[in-house]
Amino acid sequence: MKRRHEEAFGRRERWRLRQNAAMTGLFSVAGWVAIVFIFLIFVFTFKETIPIFTDPEVKKEANIGKFFGEPADGPTLMDRYVWQPTSEVPKVSLWPIILGTLKATVVGLLFACPIGVAAALFSSEFAPPKLREVIKPVIELLAGIPSVVMGFFALIVLATWLQHTFGFTYRLNAINAGLALGFALVPIVYTISEDGLSAVPRSYREASYALGATRFQTAWTVVLPAAAPAVFASFVLAFGRAIGETMILLMAGGNAAITSFSLLDPLRTLSATIAAEMGEVVVGGAHYSALFFMGTLLFVITFISNTFGQWVINGMQRRMQGSAS
Amino acid sequence: MLKGNRRVADKFAITLLGASVVIIVAILVVIVGNIVIHGVRAVTWEFLTQAPRQGLTAGGIMPAIVGTAALVILMSIVAVPLGVATAVYLHEYTPAEGLNLAWRRFRVSKGLPGRRKLFFRAASALLATVTRSAVANLAGVPSIVFGLFGLGFFIQFIGRNIDRATQPPGEVLWGQGSLLWAACTLALLTLPTVIVATEEALRTVPQDLREASLALGATQWETIRRVVLPSSLSGIMTGAILGISRGAGEVAPILFTGAAYYLPYLPGDVTDQFMHLGYHVLILSTQSPDVEATKPLLYGTVFVLLALTFLLNLTGVIIRSRTRSRLHR
Amino acid sequence: MTILTTTGEFVTSAAPAASTTASPRPADAHNPPKIVVRDFNFFYGESKVLHGIELDIPEKQVTALIGPSGCGKSTFLRSINRMNDIIPGARVEGLIALGGKDLYAPHVDVVALRRRVGMVFQKSNPFSKSIYENIAYGLRIGGIKDRRILDETVERSLQRAALWDEVKDRLNASALALSGGQQQRLCIARALAVDPEVLLMDEPASALDPIATQKIEELVYELKDNYTIVIVTHNMQQAARVSDRTAFFMLGKLVEYDNTRTIFMNPKVKLTEDYITGRFG
Repeated sequence: MKRRHEEAFGRRERWRLRQNAAMTGLFSVAGWVAIVFIFLIFVFTFKETIPIFTDPEVKKEANIGKFFGEPADGPTLMDRYVWQPTSEVPKVSLWPIILGTLKATVVGLLFACPIGVAAALFSSEFAPPKLREVIKPVIELLAGIPSVVMGFFALIVLATWLQHTFGFTYRLNAINAGLALGFALVPIVYTISEDGLSAVPRSYREASYALGATRFQTAWTVVLPAAAPAVFASFVLAFGRAIGETMILLMAGGNAAITSFSLLDPLRTLSATIAAEMGEVVVGGAHYSALFFMGTLLFVITFISNTFGQWVINGMQRRMQGSAS
Repeated sequence: MLKGNRRVADKFAITLLGASVVIIVAILVVIVGNIVIHGVRAVTWEFLTQAPRQGLTAGGIMPAIVGTAALVILMSIVAVPLGVATAVYLHEYTPAEGLNLAWRRFRVSKGLPGRRKLFFRAASALLATVTRSAVANLAGVPSIVFGLFGLGFFIQFIGRNIDRATQPPGEVLWGQGSLLWAACTLALLTLPTVIVATEEALRTVPQDLREASLALGATQWETIRRVVLPSSLSGIMTGAILGISRGAGEVAPILFTGAAYYLPYLPGDVTDQFMHLGYHVLILSTQSPDVEATKPLLYGTVFVLLALTFLLNLTGVIIRSRTRSRLHR
Repeated sequence: MTILTTTGEFVTSAAPAASTTASPRPADAHNPPKIVVRDFNFFYGESKVLHGIELDIPEKQVTALIGPSGCGKSTFLRSINRMNDIIPGARVEGLIALGGKDLYAPHVDVVALRRRVGMVFQKSNPFSKSIYENIAYGLRIGGIKDRRILDETVERSLQRAALWDEVKDRLNASALALSGGQQQRLCIARALAVDPEVLLMDEPASALDPIATQKIEELVYELKDNYTIVIVTHNMQQAARVSDRTAFFMLGKLVEYDNTRTIFMNPKVKLTEDYITGRFG
């Protein structure tokens, strides 16, 4: 019996194989994209900070010593560490800005971590399935609010309410900004913690019930510790997000780069400073390089924190795959 | 009696946990409610279709809508094919067994033929691991750093070099903020979302479908094109839409890469600057001379932006849940 | 032991105790064998899974591969269309030749090979497409777009697979809506559509109920007029019913290979007799 389609197939064969080889090559190139761009981001952000180390003109105004050292005199911390790059004698201490970043992050995490974990615990251990189906989309909607909208809300509504209720001197301060930041961080803490809690094998819970523990005791003393890596990872990733958050802190923080430990004073964060001042700098100048330096700092901090968080999550996944249910 | 106390404590603790959920829901309701209540009033047909007037205290936000739409479309054109291609590479072209196993296979194959092939397999597994790590890191880069990168790389480096090669000296066309560079910057930001969602979708295609296709004499590319991708299309679309909704709301990356506060014209070219809903909100909120007068417009703009991102988000979530329920049947 | 042979008789075997080595060439081969296997070894990394397999598979007949689980019969089957290539660490030594040409020679086009040697898997795996598109898949890859040719081939393949009457009114329905037995026949039709010379079947009926199994077996019996069939089965009765030659594998070695009647009624190797009579496996 003659093989019917032999001819038709034969003609196209070489073209098909060549097409396959070409597409394999194309996909292999695409595979490099992520690596290449992470590398490029680091290179090009760092590149603009090089003048701080090499250019004498720039070094006069902005150098590591000035960033982290003590440039000015004065009675209080606030007078000694100042960020005012546009004044007659530019002052470029980074400490007020770093302090501001830390203040907002701490407030944000203080709000988001307990609430996020509590909600995750409730959702995975106590909520009836139907309720769980409602909670997840709500959290996702919260996560879907653009940060500029959250910043707007904090600036226009939350600040007024807070001042009205607590009588703050300054409308825009660390509490206001940190709280709004916390709203944005809750979904991160919730999602990752909930994944970790759900992944705890049923046998853990059953063993605890069999010993006569109540539901909450089981959840608190058995399930939560078992999911500790996930919860911890969620904190780490939330921290990374908090450090890098721009819009909320720019709009709701008060935009004052002052060195103050008080949570009731306005603040400025690293990312907000870059956002606020980059539009007015001279390309290649000292101020420009200083801002890029802050950007590099941000990149490095979040890179380390995210790599660490990913490492914890990967270890957790590997352990989960190994354990029987 | 001890039992009674424990039960009460138990219930109390659970209620406290439940309260956290109530708090979260309340936050969402208050935020969205406030914006909807104050914003709906401002959203009229005129608002949506006219340009701003009178120092942005009257008129509409049409240019911002157009600018946002153009930006998002351009961003998708760059991000979606690239993201899908990267995910396809990671899932279809790299060994499935992970780096440890691939390396171990290579190590124990000493002296056996086929060692070269195992070496390349291990190298490919290493590349896959590093790529996945790079994707995760890309996802964690602060949005302002993307903006800096857009400025330092796309505009100062690539744009200026293109200008040097194609424009008369001193002329700047590509080396400045524009739709193109802002879209590229945003595309980088949304890339991880698309990649992760696509990989998840590819994972749902059973392995024996690929084997069946290969056994019929198809090449790997043909198998991907005709069997794997059509099968995972809805998952891929979900990822694309979720990525797009994220990109539509981001402002920090476009601050120095092309967004403008007031332009008397609509962007007609990828090299033009553009107005943007989120950027408009930022400027109106923080740099408006008379906050009270611009408040209605501001609320309206926020409402439109929120509605846009929510709509996209909702679409993505619906598609994803429909896909999942279909699979579980 | 009593078995039911292909001709429908019940026969009682009287097996001798003497053992002879397996012979690659069955007694009555008229034509040159379709597939020739010489000293074939297969490795997964360091472990050797197939040891020195030698046999000739005759054209247009059904050859069954039987043996206890893990004996390597599926691995051997998959070596014939080089499906093992996609498994990491897989390595071969020795010769498998189709129509006189070594399949593992350096520049062999695997894609073309898999068209000539089709495969049906243990668990049916139709694509998530319509019945029509499942069958037309192999042709479309080859660039055949002519609707008439496609229609013709789809009909013919479905008829050959004894599925045409059941689905002719719903060719555009999803293939996943068919029953298990129908899906498997669809996969057979799909493999037939590209007009292979050899059809490899890896336990095609093991996931099916007895009635569907019977349909598959009848199908195999009809198909051998036009195709060389190699079928792996763990069901000895099935092998006895359906095949002309049978190869008994154990622990990666070919223990005995002969006409089916001989294997089941008069096996020359004691190991074969033990397996057949159910003393192990």
